Amino acid sequence: MSDITQAHKTLVARALDGDGRASPAQRRAAFDNAGLAEPLRTLIDKVVKHAYTVTDEDIASAKAAGLGEDHIFELAVCAAIGQATRQYDIALAALEAATERSGHAPRNPR
Amino acid sequence: MRLAILDSGHRVPMKGKFAVIRTVSRLPVPDAVKTNRYRPDFYGTPMGVLTQEAMRGPSAWSVGDRELMGASVSQINKCEVCTKTHAGVAALAYQDEAKVSAALVDLETAPIQEPLRATMRMLRKLTRDHAVNADDMRAVLAAGVSREQIEDALAVCFTFNVVDRMSRTFGWVVPSAKAFEAGSRFLFTRGYH
Repeated sequence: MSDITQAHKTLVARALDGDGRASPAQRRAAFDNAGLAEPLRTLIDKVVKHAYTVTDEDIASAKAAGLGEDHIFELAVCAAIGQATRQYDIALAALEAATERSGHAPRNPR
Repeated sequence: MRLAILDSGHRVPMKGKFAVIRTVSRLPVPDAVKTNRYRPDFYGTPMGVLTQEAMRGPSAWSVGDRELMGASVSQINKCEVCTKTHAGVAALAYQDEAKVSAALVDLETAPIQEPLRATMRMLRKLTRDHAVNADDMRAVLAAGVSREQIEDALAVCFTFNVVDRMSRTFGWVVPSAKAFEAGSRFLFTRGYH
């Protein structure tokens, strides 16, 4: 089987702690989609829940609030990885719960 | 794209590579490539490593199966660029465009194996609702899918749940039919390194 465990750790570490403009706290907030002020709150919430609803105006609002493009890029990446990670973890937990009762071999701890 | 840095903010050596791509292919550089190659240490390189493992690493799923899963997840995320590109890769891998089209039009009636259908049903629910439960997983297991196969499918789903968000947030341009065909063929032959 494939194994993205290490690649995922690296991806998350680079996004949250790699060189960049946004502070570690703000990157974590985008990753968690929690604790951001407007207009970032709206933009990041859209990235997380329905990225297809992001508009030119959402990006323009973030820029008008003084954020540079690198800053926006970093926070959007963090938000996307954060939501995809939550969904991945929820699914793995559901698989764990399903196999505990059904007699399938338990999953090796990561 | 909505961020000018992703269009033209790359370092000079990368701009040179883009010029070569444009000259050789006679097509624009895809926005996915531009995004992945902007500050690649931050996002593109680690994401490429993960994507290669999920899409081309060892798995009981074929390349065609995994590409079809990716296209299907992208359909839920309303990402036309990713849906069409990876449907194209799946069609090349399967050598069967009709099967891919049918699976994206109606998963329930498409001429695909039940384990793949059950898995894709679960991935689409996970992507649409942002959650699945143990009963959803039991249904996939009951269709004859191993837990290892489910984990492999979830890695594919993770990949597209990141990339689709990049596409729709940054406003990747939907390219021409010729560019879609070239992109799919490139990914089929070269992968995601």
